[in-house]
Amino acid sequence: MTKSELIDAVAAKANIPKAKAALLVQGIFDAMNEGLRCGEGVELRGFGSFVVRNYEAYDGRNPRTGEVVQVAKKRSPFFKVAKALRERIDGAREKHAILTDDASPPDSNADRDSARAR
Amino acid sequence: MTRADIVQTIYNRVGAFSKREAADVVEIVFETMKETLERGEAIKVSGFGNFLLRDKQPRMGRNPKTGETMQIPTRRVLTFKPSVMLRESVNRGKAS
Repeated sequence: MTKSELIDAVAAKANIPKAKAALLVQGIFDAMNEGLRCGEGVELRGFGSFVVRNYEAYDGRNPRTGEVVQVAKKRSPFFKVAKALRERIDGAREKHAILTDDASPPDSNADRDSARAR
Repeated sequence: MTRADIVQTIYNRVGAFSKREAADVVEIVFETMKETLERGEAIKVSGFGNFLLRDKQPRMGRNPKTGETMQIPTRRVLTFKPSVMLRESVNRGKAS
């Protein structure tokens, strides 16, 4: 589902014009972006919470060339899924296969990146 | 920032809505996202990030509290990959 498909679904459910739904949906993500930019977490009951994590500078490596690169200290958003949603998603695993519209690798660096912040 | 703060922000910014309508739409947005993810469908929000699903293979793990070895079963997890735009916005942070 893309943002425009989300907007279509919201317009249909709320029975409002698509243009209005688009403003509201965009407004929600903009508000969340601003909250995070100000270093404020966003907490959505039953969905999850977004927090800003501080990462110290470290020496990384270009995996292709092996070259050492200095990675500067940074702040990145991190999402922690709510327990209820995590259970809902895992509980539906046998009923629904994951829909894929692209050939992304089954496992990325996402988990390793989040481990480093702790 | 909570759901109520998001409602307040969009209510202030996007005209032609009552606060009640703004609250209803916020509710519908997150409910729709939850239903979509539950159906095994990822969500891509350009400019914000992607909510991705991944089926994990079972593996041996350890209870960090007791040190006990145990099997972590097959499971499906949700991960959020922030867009470059969001990452840069957050990293620039308070300074901007």
